[in-house]
Amino acid sequence: MQLLMKFSTLLIVFFFIGTVSAQSTPSASQPDRIEQLQQQVADAKSSADNAWMLVSSALVLMMTGPGLALFYGGLVRQKNVLSTMMHSFAMMAIITVLWGLFSFSLCFASGNSFIGGLSHVFLRGVGAQPEAAYSASIPLQTFMIYQLMFAIITPALISGAFAERMKFSAMAVFMVLWSLIVYAPMAHMVWGKGGLLNSNLGGRFPTLDFAGGTVVHITSGVSALVCALYLGKRIGYPKEPTPPHSVVISFIGACLLWVGWFGFNAGSALSAGSLATSAFVATHFAAAAAAIGWAGAEWLHNGKPSALGAISGCVAGLVAITPASGYVGPMSALLIGLVAGVVCFAMVTRVKARLGYDDSLDAFGVHGVGGTIGALLTGVFASKLINPVFKDERGTVLGSGMIDGNFLQIFNQLVGVVVAVVLAVIGTLAILKLVDLLIGLRVPAEQEIEGLDINQHGEEGYNWEGSAP
Amino acid sequence: MTKLEAIIQPTKYEAVKDALLEIGVEGMTVLEVRGHGRQKGHTEFYRGREYSVDVLPKVKIETVLPDRMVSKAIEAITNAARTGKIGDGKIFLTRVDDAIRIRNDERGESAL
Repeated sequence: MQLLMKFSTLLIVFFFIGTVSAQSTPSASQPDRIEQLQQQVADAKSSADNAWMLVSSALVLMMTGPGLALFYGGLVRQKNVLSTMMHSFAMMAIITVLWGLFSFSLCFASGNSFIGGLSHVFLRGVGAQPEAAYSASIPLQTFMIYQLMFAIITPALISGAFAERMKFSAMAVFMVLWSLIVYAPMAHMVWGKGGLLNSNLGGRFPTLDFAGGTVVHITSGVSALVCALYLGKRIGYPKEPTPPHSVVISFIGACLLWVGWFGFNAGSALSAGSLATSAFVATHFAAAAAAIGWAGAEWLHNGKPSALGAISGCVAGLVAITPASGYVGPMSALLIGLVAGVVCFAMVTRVKARLGYDDSLDAFGVHGVGGTIGALLTGVFASKLINPVFKDERGTVLGSGMIDGNFLQIFNQLVGVVVAVVLAVIGTLAILKLVDLLIGLRVPAEQEIEGLDINQHGEEGYNWEGSAP
Repeated sequence: MTKLEAIIQPTKYEAVKDALLEIGVEGMTVLEVRGHGRQKGHTEFYRGREYSVDVLPKVKIETVLPDRMVSKAIEAITNAARTGKIGDGKIFLTRVDDAIRIRNDERGESAL
């Protein structure tokens, strides 16, 4: 009994000491805890933004492969399908290497108004730390990989103009030079720190180009026209009709482009918030309206709406909404899409035939013209209610486009368009001349007739006979 | 021995094949071909330009028969394939010099 009493007392004493000890740890001060919480909130936002940006990067890559590869591949004759798809695929490989070595730096490092510097060559300084000028919530490395996917698809778009007649080696050399001479300066001017046309970072002629109407579509579209004129028409054009060998394949490609474009436009918000949603919605509405516009125009003109017309229309709408996507509302997006669908239809059916140039896959008709329509209409429909991009020194929000009462923005847009056109024309002509002198651009006539899959790649796209020799 | 080449509408293939089997024809070769007689093709659109597709899909059935079976075969084919409209097709007859069975070197009508 005595032992039990002593033991119980000891237990009670230990228990008491234990509870007092627990309460004697001092609690963290209020400011420290607030800072901790703020950091956790910022980390959560970063995670959300980064997740969306990585998905967007994947979506944009998908636009090139297999989106564009299939879209263009289906439009050519069977004997050239692999050659056409290789134009896109080669970009996925070659531009990636170039980007890592030099071109990311040339586009996005600090330099002058026209081109970036060399501080990020070999991706030095491109890591987990955000670069506040571009996006404060995602690693610079995420920004880099996202932008790479744009740098990949832009030259791939040009291949539509010289499909079925360009040497693979010449194309590869041309694309490397084009990326450095045309794409890098344009990307820097519109999106890079200190760029002449940068609307976010105080450019001299702020051009509103959310996701690349000028940088991607006008440059590639106009360059495509230059290529088409320089290389000349395919043998048999326009007398021999060259219908697509597989509209089914083009259809699949176009739908992949539509879905991938959400990464292209909504991802250009560089964050996962409401601006991304707004751009996503505008993108989708424009695609839909443009498909209806082109198919409708075709129905009236030819009596039947073709599948090829409908998918071409949707691509035209997506091109046109690209510069506008983060600045306009859904109703404006419908209008922009409708205009692009109808105008691009007229462009590739009436105007192209009348002028007689052979832009095999309508890279200029859809991307060059669609991009220009979009860039100019951005100056009309950009709204500060969607995206308050212009502010004065006191921080008051200024009007964005014509519907806000800003009648001057359309002139800035025009500057952006003109810069893109001039750069594309001069740069492309110079590069074509150089490559033609060094290795020649076009395959000889017999190879063009035989089909590029066999003589450029030693393969056939389809082996329907199975194992028969 | 006579070779019959019958060019018919693709939709009539099953009916013609069954009719030939019914009269005792044991072998035939079937090809998917394109062609036209007096039947016009159709027009398609590509990028706003209209172009005509002159040749249409057809099915060609080739079979080599003993001479005594030829008129029965012609009757079977025409009854199965005729619709009365332009595009029904044609049958051509040619003389065959010999036939050889690869499996056992049999020659002549017994090889058919």
